[in-house]
Amino acid sequence: MSIVYILLTVGAVIMLLPFYYMLITSVKGPEELYTPELVWFPKRFVWSNYSEAWNADPNFPRYFFNSAFIATITTALQLVTSALAAYAFAMIDFAGKETVFMILLGTMMIPSQVTLVPNYAIIAKAGWIDTYKALIVPFAASAFGIFMMRQFFQTIPMELWDAAQIDGCSRFEYLWRVIVPLSKPVFVTNGLFTFIGGWNSFLWPLIVTNSSTYRTIQVGLSQFNQEFGTVPNLLMAASTIAIVPLVIIFFIAQNQLIEGIARTGLKG
Amino acid sequence: MNSLERKRYVKDTVAAYMYLAPALIVIIVFNLFPAFYALYISLFDTNLIGRWDWVGLGNYSELFRDADFLQSLVNTGKYVLGTVPVGMALALLIAWLLNKPIRGLSAYRTAYFLPYVTPIVAISIVWTWIYKEDSAGMLNSLLCLFGAEPQAWLLDPKWSMFALCLMSVWRHLGYNVVLFLAGLQNIPAEYYEAAEIDGASGWSMFAHITWPLLSPTTYFILMVSIIGSFQVFTQVYVLWPSVSGGPLGTTRVVVKYLYDQGWGAFRFGYASAIGYILFAIIFVLTLVQKDLVGKRVHYQ
Repeated sequence: MSIVYILLTVGAVIMLLPFYYMLITSVKGPEELYTPELVWFPKRFVWSNYSEAWNADPNFPRYFFNSAFIATITTALQLVTSALAAYAFAMIDFAGKETVFMILLGTMMIPSQVTLVPNYAIIAKAGWIDTYKALIVPFAASAFGIFMMRQFFQTIPMELWDAAQIDGCSRFEYLWRVIVPLSKPVFVTNGLFTFIGGWNSFLWPLIVTNSSTYRTIQVGLSQFNQEFGTVPNLLMAASTIAIVPLVIIFFIAQNQLIEGIARTGLKG
Repeated sequence: MNSLERKRYVKDTVAAYMYLAPALIVIIVFNLFPAFYALYISLFDTNLIGRWDWVGLGNYSELFRDADFLQSLVNTGKYVLGTVPVGMALALLIAWLLNKPIRGLSAYRTAYFLPYVTPIVAISIVWTWIYKEDSAGMLNSLLCLFGAEPQAWLLDPKWSMFALCLMSVWRHLGYNVVLFLAGLQNIPAEYYEAAEIDGASGWSMFAHITWPLLSPTTYFILMVSIIGSFQVFTQVYVLWPSVSGGPLGTTRVVVKYLYDQGWGAFRFGYASAIGYILFAIIFVLTLVQKDLVGKRVHYQ
């Protein structure tokens, strides 16, 4: 049994080592940075590296706000559109249901890199380059989100709907007052993954933003990397700042995230 | 159907499409339509602004003569082979260890899973410095402890692909561990108890119970990992910011080449053709895997 603990602990240390390296480097002063050998345990913690990194690009607060704003709005919209569509698939018998559902599943097969050029063309044509719309609207709905919610809604017994109808409940009221409160777990998991995906997304924001006004933290960080590529402590401080919100979310919602993946194989 | 029922069905259909409309509009405009539009664009030589010259299949025939593109295909293949089998084997081992009656399961799980939720850009910047060629780089100073020579992990064409794969395996391991662990926990304990009574060894239990019953999970992870690996981009973009495609193009992957052709050279028709080839490869692989691997999957 002790071999199990040894293997798992060694593995865990290796997994966490890059984070440790990031943290110690972020607080190092120059005397411990440019040394012939790596300093594993810095003697002095230069916390001012963080404020220096934060101020090195005057737009960092803006990038941070943009990412938080885009991720939040995208998540809210995606949850609403998915819930509405999933409700139709789970509760209503209608013409073309099977066909529409199959097409929807089919769109999940399309890699996002294939639609990159055409989507860019569409966004450019609409005059949306360098706007929040370009960063939010294409992600306001998700076939996978609909699919997940439909699976969950289907487990809710139909008798509830029959009973609600007798009480004079309209279809929308039923969704809002009965289905949504009963489906909290699926909303939480779906919302968490959409938020993380939005916060971490890179390629799309990279191509549809030109100015610092709409740039996200990931794009800003990659630019910071190109400008300050030789100053490790500032880079590590900036990276830490970009990672921290996710680590906080992770520690708060760890179980929902892990169960969400285990149940559905959701990608972040 | 009597007329009352028909009236109701029509009413329900109208209502259903009202509920579907917001999601469907977005998905049609930004997923379904672009999948076809991409094919159309790939038949032109275009910068998307003024120039739209019809070239037919010209972009595709040029691609098959384009050494850089062919290299990017080979590199992507190497990346898939360098990340998927190792990543899955490690994940299975860790999940198997975590599935034993151990204390501190959630702490271990957290450690393995944490890299997966962190932004790739930030994490790639960290790994840029881990891979630094001098002895102050973390990987080199670790290897020094074992007496190994320092290497220029990112700059040496011998090591660049290895560096890319190592970082990617590290980042995705936790996702696969969580899936494998869930798969292992789904195998009923009675099977093992029965096998133990029959005096089965640890290895034969793994071969005859764990492995076959885990096959739906293994198959799913295999599919998701291969598809995901074909789409690698961000790590390459951040780890090699100045050199396009790494040293001697050794880490130029398909999506990086697509990006360079589109947003670097403004050859959007060409970029679109690259995207379509990627689509075709992923599609065919999915079908082939379904045929080859899918048949061997045991469902309980």
